[in-house]
Amino acid sequence: MSVRSLKPLAGVLALAFLGALAGGALLSLAAEALRGSTEGFAAFDTYLWRLARFTLLQAVLSMVLSVVFAIPLARALHAHPDFPGRAMILRLFALPLALPALVAVLGVTSIYGRNGLLAAAFAATGIDTIPNIYGLTGILIAHVFFNLPLATRLILSGLDSIPEDYWKLSSQLGMGAWSRFRLIEWPMILRNLPGIAGLIFMLCTTSFTIVLTLGGGPRATTLEVAIYQSLHFDFDVARAVSLTLVQLCLTIAVLLGLSLTGRPTEEGFSLRTTTRRFARHSTLARFFDGALILLGLLFVSLPMAGTLVSGLAADLPRLLGERPVWQAISTSLVLGAGAALLSLLISLALVMAREFLATDRRYAPSGLYERSLDLGASLIMVVPPIVIGAGWFILSRHFVDPFRLAPIMVVSVNAAMAVPFVYRILRPSWDTAASRHNRLCTQLGIAGFNRFRLIDWPALKRPLGVAFAFAMALSLGDLGTIALFGNNSIQTLPFLLLQRMASYRTQDAAGLALILGLLCLLLMIIADRGATRLAGNEKGHDA
Amino acid sequence: MPENSNPRATRSVSIRLDSVTFDYDEMAMNFDLFIEPSTINAIIGPSGSGKSTLLNLIAGFETAKAGRILIDDVDVTDVAPAARPVSMVFQDNNLFAHLDVAANVGLGRRPDLRLTHADRAAVTEAIRKVGLAGKEMRKPQALSGGERQRVAIGRALVRNRPVLLLDEAFASLGPALRHEMLDLVGDVQRETGMTVMMVTHHPDDALRLPSMLFFLESGRIVASGPAVELLADDGPHLLRKYLGAKDSDL
Repeated sequence: MSVRSLKPLAGVLALAFLGALAGGALLSLAAEALRGSTEGFAAFDTYLWRLARFTLLQAVLSMVLSVVFAIPLARALHAHPDFPGRAMILRLFALPLALPALVAVLGVTSIYGRNGLLAAAFAATGIDTIPNIYGLTGILIAHVFFNLPLATRLILSGLDSIPEDYWKLSSQLGMGAWSRFRLIEWPMILRNLPGIAGLIFMLCTTSFTIVLTLGGGPRATTLEVAIYQSLHFDFDVARAVSLTLVQLCLTIAVLLGLSLTGRPTEEGFSLRTTTRRFARHSTLARFFDGALILLGLLFVSLPMAGTLVSGLAADLPRLLGERPVWQAISTSLVLGAGAALLSLLISLALVMAREFLATDRRYAPSGLYERSLDLGASLIMVVPPIVIGAGWFILSRHFVDPFRLAPIMVVSVNAAMAVPFVYRILRPSWDTAASRHNRLCTQLGIAGFNRFRLIDWPALKRPLGVAFAFAMALSLGDLGTIALFGNNSIQTLPFLLLQRMASYRTQDAAGLALILGLLCLLLMIIADRGATRLAGNEKGHDA
Repeated sequence: MPENSNPRATRSVSIRLDSVTFDYDEMAMNFDLFIEPSTINAIIGPSGSGKSTLLNLIAGFETAKAGRILIDDVDVTDVAPAARPVSMVFQDNNLFAHLDVAANVGLGRRPDLRLTHADRAAVTEAIRKVGLAGKEMRKPQALSGGERQRVAIGRALVRNRPVLLLDEAFASLGPALRHEMLDLVGDVQRETGMTVMMVTHHPDDALRLPSMLFFLESGRIVASGPAVELLADDGPHLLRKYLGAKDSDL
């Protein structure tokens, strides 16, 4: 089987790229630190401490709120598989994941902001309160908007995996609602809860856009945003270096904690409503659960509707007639496609090399190289994009104008950001196809490019398409890297949107948000369709 | 929930299905049968013939479209599963994975697990009877497949309902283990006088215990009688075909 193959080499190249991207940034930071730029540490001691504390505080609160509301909501959705529109609600709950944070922020503002729906409702009923969304409140609302649906779906998929026999048994044994919750549902929820909570906590500690736009001044700022501000506004390298190092330590600590909790499994998620429960619900329970589902639905759908309504209210024809808008759209599409393509190349190289090594070694334990391929795929989780961006920004200013690096940096960092997801989409398909075809191909002498064209490509087409759409949507919505490197000569859609927001051109911002949101939504729908068919195919083969 | 209205009794009860109809996807099922008190009854038939549906109707997991189901001459057609004098053992997932053996059996006494001293004694006794003494604290994953089904039978013992339904309960066990479990069912039945109905793929299960046999095809009972007669070489042609008897093979 060990014909000379280019696969290990491709893996080495992919690893080298990821390593250089992260390593270069870290080296640059270390060099700055050694040059004495860490005076920042001493000078900003209390400031740093406050930042770190707020970063953790908002993440913990976001996590707790999301999970606490998600548990009864998921339970209610699970208890009523025949709830009208249930499948649609679940589909809707998948949308926030596709929404760029900036779009969501505008949506949340349109409901809870100074001029939002809530303020209008207060005014109409004579309540003399003007809601203030900026600061911790806004950050929490936006984080819960993103993570409540995610947590609900994850918890629900856990509940859905409870065997039907359990429900039969519980109804035969005559368990009441409380016994059912305590003895069947809660243990299942509890098993997945640490993973779900850890994931949300991680997402919220590294949240950039929401804190940047909704954070209120220095009192409500996280490390990520402070890094950006110190480079973008003050150009205080010393402070940026110390902030970045603290952020890095924090991320590693969180990841270490997370590795103890295990990952939640979303793979099993489906819209199926086949689980039958054999208990009869009381009218009160029915009413309570219905009200709960309705509230959750309102919370998630209102900001999205807000985005749509205020987007449509904007002067879209004029907006679409503006040159900068078209430039931003095309820049976004080109950079997004580039990032997606690069991400696919890197991930595919990692996946192919890993499988090649795993097959080659047969039953021997996996070697260092093979394990580092798996590790490389998750590298970006350890070194957050903002750290990479900051590192290269600081390094490159010795040689070139950092702003001229914008396209390269956006494509590279966005590609690296998507690698963990793309890798996870491609690997199962590739590994299954390989295990099915390897022996047959060896016997028939199909190898090299012929094999890729005839055997691997057909099996890989769809997962590649899904991964491409997903990676591109991720890149389109990203603000972190372009916020650092963006300038007047290169603007992506989120960057332009941020500028219009900053100059209080709210109408324009709403219109742009709608365009951006629709673009990402379209890509996610493509990815979702493909993924559903992919899952169907896999099932077909198993049967 | 009537958590405590246990129709508990070591009495012998009959089961009657009176023109019970049920639509399963496209298939219209129609059951008419009478089962004598304190007997062991085997249900066999091709897959999809309605064996499990028959048990689900009796247990109350499915609701009949028309007709009446009587247990001990009481109409239970519209009675909730928990209120029927029935215990059922499935092929798998009989045990809650996070609860130990004693708790899984104890659920048969109190569905909220608030066990009294007497309940605990009954649980211990049932665990001993099914041959699992000393394994009270084990979690299901530390048990073999056969032991798990023993726990389920132990739970049926503490529930003490006069009807025991086995839905391919031993299908995933090897032959020797399956025979052991059947013997256990036989012992339990002799001791309690339960009326037992078991769905099985193995006709010899019916021969191991003195059973009545019901042969199902397309949602109907097409043959019934003492297992030793039906399974004899000169039994009904239909049954011989299903079993693949020598003369109808080729």
